[in-house]
Amino acid sequence: MEQTHAEPNYMKIFWWLLALTIIEVGVVYAHLPKATMIVALILLALLKAFLVAWNFMHLRFEKAALIVMVGFPLLLLVDLFLGLMPDIARRIF
Amino acid sequence: MDQAMAIEESTELMGTVRGKVGMWLFLVSDALTFGGLLCAYGALRIGSSDWPVPSQILDVPLTAFNTFVLICSSLTMVKALSAIRHGDVKGLRKFLLWTALGGILFLSIQAYEYHHLLFVEGLRLRNNLFCATFFSLTSFHGAHVLSGVIYLLIIRWRAAKGDFTAEHNHRVEVAGLYWHFVDLVWILVFTFVYLV
Repeated sequence: MEQTHAEPNYMKIFWWLLALTIIEVGVVYAHLPKATMIVALILLALLKAFLVAWNFMHLRFEKAALIVMVGFPLLLLVDLFLGLMPDIARRIF
Repeated sequence: MDQAMAIEESTELMGTVRGKVGMWLFLVSDALTFGGLLCAYGALRIGSSDWPVPSQILDVPLTAFNTFVLICSSLTMVKALSAIRHGDVKGLRKFLLWTALGGILFLSIQAYEYHHLLFVEGLRLRNNLFCATFFSLTSFHGAHVLSGVIYLLIIRWRAAKGDFTAEHNHRVEVAGLYWHFVDLVWILVFTFVYLV
């Protein structure tokens, strides 16, 4: 099967991942308010995970059907976490 | 090219080779397994009143270095794929070896960390929920890295036998998908277990 393979700029993604990791560790030692720290860390981690899947795993070059096949089941995880909330919400509210 | 590989490449599914769709399906189910463990960890931690601060027990700088090792091995993995797509079998073998060595270095550092926690700090899986979730998540991920190293070495052995060319190399990409996934999960585990 002859295909033309476009390539993302792998080095650029690598430096981004490295920089975001350093920022993450910096956030931990920066003594920010706890809620700010947790939100920042979660956003940074999700951004890094997305960068890996989108570029290194070539999701950006795949057909929409494959992206939906991969992305949709992950919504179940959100549902799972929300489903656990009634058990733990007493401690938060 | 063996017959199985010919069949895998003969028909398209979702605009790509079948092997790739198969690996993605496996990775999605694996992501849900890790997601289940992470959700359980999150619920137990939020519901707990005396959760320790992870960075006071765990070695964050050492594990940050380990994260760096896995990110580097992801880079050598894409270099391996890039090499074979240009018909460079030698480059493929070289970069696959570097990737596997990255995985072995990661496992060695994790073994050192476990040794320290188990035999110096005296932590055990049964001690408390912190230990239970920490050891479950990190060991489940470590098992994935170990499988990945074996997988990469098999692909490297197949490369040495001349299985891959500039035109036929989707199995290298499929192995790469698995390896990047292990890296991706570690990014999440590192953040949620060590940093938060």
